[in-house]
Amino acid sequence: MSPHLSVWRWHVTMAASIATRVTGVGLYLGALILAAWALSLASGPEAYGAFKACLGSPLGKFVLFGMSLSFFYHLAAGVRHMVWDLGYGMKVQQANVLSVASFAFAIAATLAVWVIAGMVGAL
Amino acid sequence: MVEFRLPRNSRITGGKHFPAPAGAGKVKTFKVYRYDPDSGQNPRWDTYDVDTSQCGPMVLDVLIHIKNTMDPTLTFRRSCREGICGSCAMNIAGRNTLACIHGHDECPGDKVAISPLPHMPVVKDLVPDLTLFYAQYASVEPWLHTETPEPQKEWRQSPEDREKLDGLYECILCACCSTSCPSYWWNQEKYLGPAALLHAYRWIIDSRDEATGERLDDLEDPFKLYRCHTIMNCAQVCPKGLNPAKAIAEVKKMLADRVV
Repeated sequence: MSPHLSVWRWHVTMAASIATRVTGVGLYLGALILAAWALSLASGPEAYGAFKACLGSPLGKFVLFGMSLSFFYHLAAGVRHMVWDLGYGMKVQQANVLSVASFAFAIAATLAVWVIAGMVGAL
Repeated sequence: MVEFRLPRNSRITGGKHFPAPAGAGKVKTFKVYRYDPDSGQNPRWDTYDVDTSQCGPMVLDVLIHIKNTMDPTLTFRRSCREGICGSCAMNIAGRNTLACIHGHDECPGDKVAISPLPHMPVVKDLVPDLTLFYAQYASVEPWLHTETPEPQKEWRQSPEDREKLDGLYECILCACCSTSCPSYWWNQEKYLGPAALLHAYRWIIDSRDEATGERLDDLEDPFKLYRCHTIMNCAQVCPKGLNPAKAIAEVKKMLADRVV
């Protein structure tokens, strides 16, 4: 079989596509955190305290940062795919712009959320 | 199925080095995929230091120069040398294209890798086995289907309806698009791939064809059509500047329109 991934020079649309899949899987796993939050909330103040301490730790915050990045990227990718499914933006140049814009939106929105969180003292 | 690594017998080893002749002018290095089924050995990368002042401007000229003056065992397909036959489709510097219309000075880096179309069985060196690709093309029944009695002269078509075939009929079936598509890499037994789907759309949209419904029925399948995830590699690499991704999107739209 001839070489494929190992020789391919990536396009931005290809990176945007695999990022959609990766963030989708990330969000799916991240839903477990949401479930854990509800469980701990129902189990009383002690369990909830432990949950808060866990997510408030540097590692917990790192995971949350990744989740917010995944969320905003996946959101942007969803909109991009909706535009494509309506039949617009299918030219190569337009698709490139849409892909770069999805990445840019994800980074900007995530930073905005964390800056606001920092300003209101939520961190 | 998704398999990132090559099968054990397809992993590429280092190969021979062919230095440029003494007194060579402008030297550029080409790393070429070599596989000989008779040797029983794994494929290898051979490197050739080519004096580009001694050959034409295209990558195909480089390959012919290598075969003529450095290594007569190198095997590749070529015919028209003007981008209309599709024979010399291969992966050059990480992108699929036609060697005959791709200039060697367009390739980035000082070592240009040349390998067969990706994720295909290899017959020898740069020659892939395209049997499945052609079978997929045949499966979309790429000819006019009609029920009304044949007209005395020809099937007529308005200039507006004829225009709908622009950007579709120009496809030369070089397989650059299909073998650029990760979905096709992982699911080529079930997913038709961009080239066959572009041709399917070419007949669906043809005003003279009377089997539009049957053609759409045939494509309404989780794998045949819907493995397209709009990765866009097909449109990015098409050496004829066509857009299979858009053709596929139009088929998806027609299928959605049928339901609503």
